Amino acid sequence: MNYLNETIDSLNYKLKSGAVSADQLAKDTITNIKKTDEKINAFITVDEDAKPAEDLDFNNKLAGVPIAIKDNIITNGLKTTAASHILYNFEPVYESTVVAKLKAAQATIIGKTNMDEFAMGSSTETSYFGATKNPWNLNKVPGGSSGGSAAAVASGEVVAALGSDTGGSIRQPASFNGIFGIKPTYGRVSRWGLIAFASSLDQIGVMSKRVKDSAEVLNVIAGADDRDATVSEKEVPDYTSFLGKDVKGLRVAVPKEYMSDAVEEGVRKAVETQIELLRANGAIINEVSLPHTKYVVPTYYIIASSEASANLERYDGIRYGYRAEAKNLDEVFLKSRSEGFGDEVKRRIMLGSFALSAGAYDKFFLQAAKVRTLICQDFDKIFEDNDVIVGPVSTETAFDLNSEISDQIKMYNNDILTISVNMAGIPAASVPAGLSETTGMPVGFQIMAKRFDEGHVFQVADFIERNNKFYEQTPAGLED
Amino acid sequence: MEKVTNDTIKHVATLAQLEFSEEELAKFTSQMRKILEMAEELQAVDTTGVEETVQVVDRDTVFREDVPEKWQTREEMLKNVPDKSNGFVKVPVIIDKDDNQ
Repeated sequence: MNYLNETIDSLNYKLKSGAVSADQLAKDTITNIKKTDEKINAFITVDEDAKPAEDLDFNNKLAGVPIAIKDNIITNGLKTTAASHILYNFEPVYESTVVAKLKAAQATIIGKTNMDEFAMGSSTETSYFGATKNPWNLNKVPGGSSGGSAAAVASGEVVAALGSDTGGSIRQPASFNGIFGIKPTYGRVSRWGLIAFASSLDQIGVMSKRVKDSAEVLNVIAGADDRDATVSEKEVPDYTSFLGKDVKGLRVAVPKEYMSDAVEEGVRKAVETQIELLRANGAIINEVSLPHTKYVVPTYYIIASSEASANLERYDGIRYGYRAEAKNLDEVFLKSRSEGFGDEVKRRIMLGSFALSAGAYDKFFLQAAKVRTLICQDFDKIFEDNDVIVGPVSTETAFDLNSEISDQIKMYNNDILTISVNMAGIPAASVPAGLSETTGMPVGFQIMAKRFDEGHVFQVADFIERNNKFYEQTPAGLED
Repeated sequence: MEKVTNDTIKHVATLAQLEFSEEELAKFTSQMRKILEMAEELQAVDTTGVEETVQVVDRDTVFREDVPEKWQTREEMLKNVPDKSNGFVKVPVIIDKDDNQ
């Protein structure tokens, strides 16, 4: 089963009408994943025993629909590694809230997707289980850190997948793979069972080829949870109710920092085309400024790494995961961590430990936390007079495998247009804007809105999808 | 900013429970130096009188009744332990044998 021409609605119809059984769908999905993954390596684990729920009720849109889960989201009884050696054999004994909700909606959990180790990276090249390749061009990265989920959707292995986004990890791979991906408001979706990277920034979201399919999945996974006190008790609207609308009178802000010369020409042109489409259909376009954009990369890397260094203290080789050979207890800690973590994870732990250490705390961590306030204020100001902010997701399209992995500063700067959103906790999505004239690779159009205003994000994304119909294009890298 | 040296990195590695070979130490020192040079740019921002932001949650402290509930069994809790015996987690000796004599 390949999903390139399917939607959750079309699958729901096929299942309901008996054209295909849910059992058969699961089996065919696994067969196709195995074949496609020989080229792209999007999955770390495929659940060979994946069984649809019993007594399927097709009023549940997701009933019997196979969904993939990023491998930093806990799945009870199904290996969950965060793409790290230190968790290479970890079999969870509890369920994450999002997966419990998907199962309650009778979705079939089909497998776990590849990612950068502990979600630290922008290319899925830091995975202990090898890199994922971009279905549009197998010599290119799929982006990261949710590169496996993005490539799985783009290649038609699944109709939708969950990802997580700490600094752009849903939006940038969605952009690189020509699919839709939404990072909801911080506090919209429970993080219970999400392996923590940076707790004040991490958020689970959805990736799918079509905008409506992400709305359907978000409808299921959003909402309050007793196990995560940071989740809002605000009512969850039906996100599909924001689709099919026009954009007349919508106030759209374009930050000048997001359209600078640093943005590759093919990306800028594709994004400008979408802005002109909105303008031609009655949206009011306002040029604005996010003046602290040039400081977001260092601010983010200090805050995220500081939180990561604390979150990753728990990996000590004692209760789960990799334990190194050692002659005493201290050596177990030291060697398990040193042999279990990859280089990028070590760099972040080191940066965070340094930024929080005596003598450096005020200068680095505290200063970054203050600059974060200024970044949040920049957004507040723009949202006083605007409904959404738009621009590119990334300054470039998917880059070559192995081309940036050894240059940390270059790799970190990939995130410059996505990380502000996480620091402010607002929702944002990437919707395909077309192929770059210069590179021939997909370009993502980013849409940001006020906290808990996913509605406007879906409205604009759906409008763009209906007009540019990018979903009719097929990834070139999969042709034999 | 004072120069990041091998010794700085060694000290931070101790805090983080990581160890590096001499070769890795040289590599990490040079990489960390570049990353911290980038971080140094933040000093240019005037943050006088600005409060720090450490979370963006819209709820105050959340209270709940402290009610016990059934969760995992002992067996499940120990399922992922690399080395165990009779329901206990096994770890190597805390001090080396030589020190013990």
